[in-house]
Amino acid sequence: MTMRRLINLKRVEARRIYLTYAIVIAAYIICQVMSSTKILSSSMRGMLVPICAYMVMAVSLNLVVGILGELSLGHAGFMSVGAFSGVAAAVLMQNVIPFAPVRLAIAMIIAAVFAAAAGFIIGIPVLRLKGDYLAIVTLAFGEIIKSILNNFYLGVDSQGLQFSMLSDTTRLLPGGKLIIRGPMGISGIQKIATFPAGFILLMIALIIVFNLVNSRSGRAFMAIRDDRIAAESIGLDITKYKMMAFVMSAALAGAAGALFAMNYSTIVANKFDFNTSILILVFVVLGGQGNMLGGIIAAAVLTILPEKLRSFSEYRMLLYAVVLIVMMLATNNAEIKEFLSRLNPFKHKEAD
Amino acid sequence: MTFLNFFISGISLGSIYAIIALGYTMVYGIAKMLNFAHGDVIMVGAYVCFYATSRYELHPFLGVLIAMIVCTLLGIIVERLAYKPLRQAPSLAVLITAIGMSYFLQNTALLLWSSNPKVFPSIIGRGAFRLFDGELSISHITALTIGACLVIMAVLTLFISKTKMGKAMRACSEDKGAAQLMGINVNATISMTFAIGSGLAAVAGALLCSAYPTLMPTTGALPGIKAFTAAVFGGIGSIPGAFLGGLMLGVIEIFAKAYISSQLSDAVVFGVLIVVLLVKPAGLLGKMTQEKV
Repeated sequence: MTMRRLINLKRVEARRIYLTYAIVIAAYIICQVMSSTKILSSSMRGMLVPICAYMVMAVSLNLVVGILGELSLGHAGFMSVGAFSGVAAAVLMQNVIPFAPVRLAIAMIIAAVFAAAAGFIIGIPVLRLKGDYLAIVTLAFGEIIKSILNNFYLGVDSQGLQFSMLSDTTRLLPGGKLIIRGPMGISGIQKIATFPAGFILLMIALIIVFNLVNSRSGRAFMAIRDDRIAAESIGLDITKYKMMAFVMSAALAGAAGALFAMNYSTIVANKFDFNTSILILVFVVLGGQGNMLGGIIAAAVLTILPEKLRSFSEYRMLLYAVVLIVMMLATNNAEIKEFLSRLNPFKHKEAD
Repeated sequence: MTFLNFFISGISLGSIYAIIALGYTMVYGIAKMLNFAHGDVIMVGAYVCFYATSRYELHPFLGVLIAMIVCTLLGIIVERLAYKPLRQAPSLAVLITAIGMSYFLQNTALLLWSSNPKVFPSIIGRGAFRLFDGELSISHITALTIGACLVIMAVLTLFISKTKMGKAMRACSEDKGAAQLMGINVNATISMTFAIGSGLAAVAGALLCSAYPTLMPTTGALPGIKAFTAAVFGGIGSIPGAFLGGLMLGVIEIFAKAYISSQLSDAVVFGVLIVVLLVKPAGLLGKMTQEKV
């Protein structure tokens, strides 16, 4: 199915998709070899899973921002829903499924389902709005999800699941266990997320998104992005397609959240705040809207960069901010672009 | 009486939001950009005021004035360096630049003034008016905040409707190209908007920190987002909208804290925003623009 669809694609597009797969696989193999031969420092090895999670987040947000053309400022909210539901599911399954990779996979699927449900509920009001108003409402939902998860208590005992809001009134029976503890989040998580699992999730995300983009629905997304009124006038159901992209994106973000959370021993709702949403948006914009490979590379570079800048310690976030501003100016200002292209020796020869 | 007390503190908080929201809404109306660095200008203003009053022992009002001048200059410089080169760029690029600017200001503040919270001295002392045998108490800072907000609103409305610069601003927000053809200096007008917005942010910073006296490099971030919400709530681009949105948001927040739950007050505030936008998609006082093909 995938093959036939790819053959039908325009050559350039197919080449770009294959190139993306090839680069991701090559990068995975190189990282695996480097980490098994201990070339990679232990701090870098610890970052492999978060980087994979951020890459999946970038692909997921790219579907909304790059392909559908709507700005979402609350994507960390879906990651958060996925993280909490996924980890809770993994804790509940601890004794039922002793084999960690299967537990991780099921937890990620459950996380995706919960995040998709959240995406659907949020999508109903959000998708009636446009542009900046849509953006502010996604921001609002991100903050609401954070507030709710910060005040959510979930426990399990012999009578089943118990939950409460605001304060811990779950009244667990003896032998019961409180899983989500409000502002304290979940602690004592088994770190079952592995780099291969992250790689597989990223590949699945890419396969899903590329197939979606190059399908009838994907073309509808792009038509809506390019001209909503024209798309509506040829009979496209705008709400349906927007919802489809939104829910799919939320599901991927949820799975990424579960992967991310299970790489740490403790996870709190405040980790997934407005700044995290912005961080992911920065990946997408720096990588190029609609360009999956760009987003993936930006996610990797911008996650490693602050770590590598550690020698500058105090100045590192300042440098990060400067890099961000300069990058945006360099890629978007006509005069600076021209100045840079004059500096580029290869272009210069062509001009002569 | 407790109800009235809550209501007045809500109006006071709302007044601060309204002053901040004015900066967002004016910049949005004219430059069509979401200036996410605005919240951090508040923080810079509060720090300048803090150092002017506590280290150099100037009169608090002089401190606020210095903070206003510094923030006005900061607003103009930020606009000139970061936003002006991106006038023609896609809005998302401008948004990311604004966020980069916000990080830049926060981290510069972190280097200059460290992350240790400072206790901001109230610019007008901690006294209070006591009414009805002390049942209703209005602190001086509350009264000053509400008064300042009303004065600012009145002056700004007069400025926008009566002066030549105000007319230029209205023209630019209507149609930049046509305004330019009429001989209006669009760039100067946009700079002026940033200058006014940032100057007001300094006032808001001093008032905010007088009421809630912890000052940190991240102090401006959350009030910034709330005020932005207030601006959208009232209809972004509309000055009376920012006023109304700010006041309502402040009252809702204080009531939610008092009667629902202090932890969930943010969720309630944002929930109300969503409901309002569903009923009135362009905010309370925003103009619904008809799309033409």
